[in-house]
Amino acid sequence: MARLTTLKLRGAGARRPRLWRGAILACAAVYFLVPLAASVVFTIDVPGKGVTFDAYTQIFRADGFASSLLLSLELAAATIAVVLVLMVPAMVALRLGAPRLRPVVEVVCSLPLVVPPIALVAGIGTVLKWGPEHLASTPFFQTLVAIQNPSFPAVLVLAYTVMALPFVYRALDAGLRAVDIRTLTEAARSCGTSWPRALLHAVLPNLRGALLNASFLTLALVLGEFTVAQLLGFQPFAVWIVNISGSQAQLSVAVSVLSLLITWALLLALASFGGGSHRGDGRRGNPPRTARTPCSTRTARTARTARIAEE
Amino acid sequence: MTTLTDTAVAAAVPVRRRRSAGWLAVAPLLAFVALSFGAPALAMLGGAFTAKDPATGATSYTTANFTASLHGAYLTALLGSIKLSAVSAGIAAVLGLLLAQAVVTSRFRALREAVLTASGVLANFGGVPLAFAFVATLGNSGVLTGRLGLAHDGWDLYSFWGLTLTYLYFLIPLMVLTVTPALDGLRSQWREAAQNNGATAAQYWRHIALPVLAPSLLGGLVLLFGSAFAAYATAAAMVGSSVPLVTLQIADAISGNVLVGQENVALAMSLDMVAVACLVMAVYLPLQRRSARWLD
Repeated sequence: MARLTTLKLRGAGARRPRLWRGAILACAAVYFLVPLAASVVFTIDVPGKGVTFDAYTQIFRADGFASSLLLSLELAAATIAVVLVLMVPAMVALRLGAPRLRPVVEVVCSLPLVVPPIALVAGIGTVLKWGPEHLASTPFFQTLVAIQNPSFPAVLVLAYTVMALPFVYRALDAGLRAVDIRTLTEAARSCGTSWPRALLHAVLPNLRGALLNASFLTLALVLGEFTVAQLLGFQPFAVWIVNISGSQAQLSVAVSVLSLLITWALLLALASFGGGSHRGDGRRGNPPRTARTPCSTRTARTARTARIAEE
Repeated sequence: MTTLTDTAVAAAVPVRRRRSAGWLAVAPLLAFVALSFGAPALAMLGGAFTAKDPATGATSYTTANFTASLHGAYLTALLGSIKLSAVSAGIAAVLGLLLAQAVVTSRFRALREAVLTASGVLANFGGVPLAFAFVATLGNSGVLTGRLGLAHDGWDLYSFWGLTLTYLYFLIPLMVLTVTPALDGLRSQWREAAQNNGATAAQYWRHIALPVLAPSLLGGLVLLFGSAFAAYATAAAMVGSSVPLVTLQIADAISGNVLVGQENVALAMSLDMVAVACLVMAVYLPLQRRSARWLD
């Protein structure tokens, strides 16, 4: 009897946390999977028509699908280009020679977190309204008109770049932390390379993961962005989906499902590609990847010895 | 001494050149932010404190916009946003902590990786597609609403609790991401030490784990609050304006849906939001710094 009780006790002690864990995970799985499954059912099981894939085949023929998606992709490409051109030199310079500017850049890049997109768009709307009121006779007016061209609204690129700054800062910062930029450039320089070449061929290849990371995050942000575009009156992808949802519910959900799958595929690819570097297990130890310089092996070796000497 | 000065002199030249190069590299970024972020921010600030006389067209400085933004329907919307964000952030913090703990203590490494990756993806998933997924699931003609007969039980997705349920979809993953490093930081020796001294699991959690986790938990909570507070697309695509929210009110006022001439009140409301967001950050940043102490 005594043995039985102890056995039972031990069994209960070992099993209870596992049961608890299983229940939590099962609930989470239900909560996170059911809306996705239901969306798919909603699009293919149409009341009165039975199971049909019409919603998905209609997508490509729908009015405005191609143009709005194209606009979103163009905006994304422009935003990625602008944000990287602005941020990469600044972040590298912070590491190399201007550590005192670090807090400035950090604060500047975190400011957009404090201003919600809706407040940002309220401010942008006010600025754009100044045009007709105060600037009508100056060249600025033409600029303001040009950046609101509906076929390519550059004002959205400006807004999206601002909104992407915090993410890009974090992605690049994580990438730079894993590489010893100073040693890399110094090694490349002492091999006789010029500064631009050292940056292009020694630094950038080592930041490949971080650059991809930043680009994907920006891409996901721009493809899904709705607030700024809608309130400024443009029609990229997310705004288009909402606009058709009133008349074609099935179609809009089908497009949502598709856009979701695409965004997730992108982010998952990103997670599996560069996931290890920012998950904490290699926070210090990552040896820098071999750089493609004329004296690449030497560069890498110098960097590694410097690291060991540091520790 | 001479060698010291020599090296100092030798070092000074490249350092100064490098420093100016640093400024050169950072300047475009600063200029861009000043233009694209500073100008709208100043416009917001200026507009919030001015009013335009519709008859004469003259502008004057006033705090009337703020008074208006803190009264009547606008105040209801602001409080509605705060309530929705607080409730959904609170629920998400608890559920996210439970889920993260379940994953962290699990023996299966693959499960942990899968949940963390999925959390990273889902935490970025707000906005229009999320709204439509829930409309298709639990909306008026949603799949579950029909199959389970929820409409008879008084279920309404386009309500406070409907929105809360939807917001949890991206808030819980965000909490999992925020709190997992802190849970990893809990040493197993602490639990063993507590057990050896005869503490129960409840005592261990009350006296050791929760106090250590407190900064991360609170930090996660305000972060969730902030992202729920700023959310607009999900609510706009889902409920229209049946739930009073400050973001929806601002959008209505900007697009002139309600009354013409409310733009400056919208700017004042935007500043209210910025003030709340600043408060959130002022709580979050020190907490994050404190919790970082346990992680290294």
